Amino acid sequence: MRNVTTIFQREILSYFYSPIAYVVISVFLIASGFFFAGNLQFWQEASLKGSLDSIQFFLLLLTPVITMKLFADESKSGTMETLMTSPVTDFDVVFGKFLAALSLYTVMILPTWIYVLFLSIFGNPDFGPIFSSYIGLLLMGGLFVSIGLLVSSLTKNQVVAAVIGIVALIILWVVGFLSTYGDGWFYETLRYIGTYDHWSSFTKGIVDTRDVIYYLSFTALLLFITVRNVESRKWR
Amino acid sequence: MIKVKNLVKRYVNVNAVDNISFDVEENEIVGLLGPNGAGKTTTMRILTCFMPATAGSATVAGYDVFTDSLNVRQEIGYLPENVPLYLDMRVKEYLMFRSKLKNIPRRERRKKIEYCLEMTGITDVQNQIIGTLSKGYKQRVGLADTLVHDPKILILDEPTIGLDPNQIRQIRSVIKSLGQKHTVLLSTHILPEVEMVCDRVMIIDKGKIVAMDTPANLMRQLKTGSNLVLEIRGDGEKIKRSLSGIDTVQSVSYRKKDDANEFYIDGNGEKDIREDVFNCIVKDNYILREMRRQTITLEEIFHQVTTKETEEETASA
Repeated sequence: MRNVTTIFQREILSYFYSPIAYVVISVFLIASGFFFAGNLQFWQEASLKGSLDSIQFFLLLLTPVITMKLFADESKSGTMETLMTSPVTDFDVVFGKFLAALSLYTVMILPTWIYVLFLSIFGNPDFGPIFSSYIGLLLMGGLFVSIGLLVSSLTKNQVVAAVIGIVALIILWVVGFLSTYGDGWFYETLRYIGTYDHWSSFTKGIVDTRDVIYYLSFTALLLFITVRNVESRKWR
Repeated sequence: MIKVKNLVKRYVNVNAVDNISFDVEENEIVGLLGPNGAGKTTTMRILTCFMPATAGSATVAGYDVFTDSLNVRQEIGYLPENVPLYLDMRVKEYLMFRSKLKNIPRRERRKKIEYCLEMTGITDVQNQIIGTLSKGYKQRVGLADTLVHDPKILILDEPTIGLDPNQIRQIRSVIKSLGQKHTVLLSTHILPEVEMVCDRVMIIDKGKIVAMDTPANLMRQLKTGSNLVLEIRGDGEKIKRSLSGIDTVQSVSYRKKDDANEFYIDGNGEKDIREDVFNCIVKDNYILREMRRQTITLEEIFHQVTTKETEEETASA
């Protein structure tokens, strides 16, 4: 566990040494602020209803930018070799990096509580759906970060990692919409795989264990695959 | 300290490392010498547990690299080729990060880092960002990192590549002094380096060990008999004839040089032929200006052992 902390610290540090953290956070805040104002004007309602969906869309685009460098950069610069020949396990490295990216993700969405503050000053919002939405955002963040991490471990090129990560997340998002075109086990499966369905119940104020399990199990699976992929240098 | 037995690493259709075996004793500096693509880096990567071998076994500091990888990694300091570093960190910060990864107790970290900074001569750049350092300093930061947990074994992949002559000299003297407390396995394709630094040399080509001995022994071994160079005044043809008459002499050739002749004489065995040659010259009253032994350099040995095989191959083909 101490190694996880060490890796975590370094990754966090390097986020703020490079412009990535600042750029991603500012872009996200500008965009989400814009959509918050727009949605508020449209719905005329003291809730985060429409805004959270647009926020979610920007998270699809920006999370892979947070995760793109995690492994791609290490393989490209060769530091993978110094890292992996230190006395650390592959899991330590993967999990440390995962936690670092998830923390940056959390730091990114935290300032949106200002909107909640505004809502409670000028209106009387229902805090139930707001809290559950943020639980949903965190769980979803775990999933997004683990997808980005896996993609980053597959390539040496950060841009490729970001693009494939974004595409993967968008597919994961729209696959849920396809499920509305029919019935049967196939469409049922699509609905289960897609993130949108699970996410939308959080925005309605429902914290369903099925959704929580969906996110946690999917994240765990992806982290497991990533560890395996990092190990794969040994048998490839 | 390092025991390698019948190690094989197979890539899709080539054997990068082909059945090599060797031992490295404690506090020995061993040089791994070979042309590019000979399998030096692959061997080192296997020993540092970065990749496993296809077959064979290797133990480092008593631990098996396949089953006891974490223990092995605790005992080695590895400097990969091209010295990968986190360019966005400061020198001291980086060493702090590495010392945490290498499980150095909190209380000892500062002391150990200071020792490494001093040992590698980078104390005055400890607060600089690594990316802004020159190649030579980066190399030393890498070396400091390999030393920080005081490992029993140092594995250095081309530690002096890309440095200027002064820096090379400094790094070499650092490595030499490290050899007193650590076991060092280093790879290089710069020959004088091996002659200067290493106790033992291993020449490896196409994944196979083609020669392994001390630098001095290697030279002696490959010198086949004794080769002499002489400068003699007089009639070249006549001198050649009388020199060829000595039974221990195998071949004689000469060329004109200023007002004298330069002779090249090969003996036909291990026996020293200098006295025979001298007696012959004195007997026939030639004027001898110079006689010296031609010492073969590691460079020639290297060339001999790494090209012999290809010549044989082309000859048989």
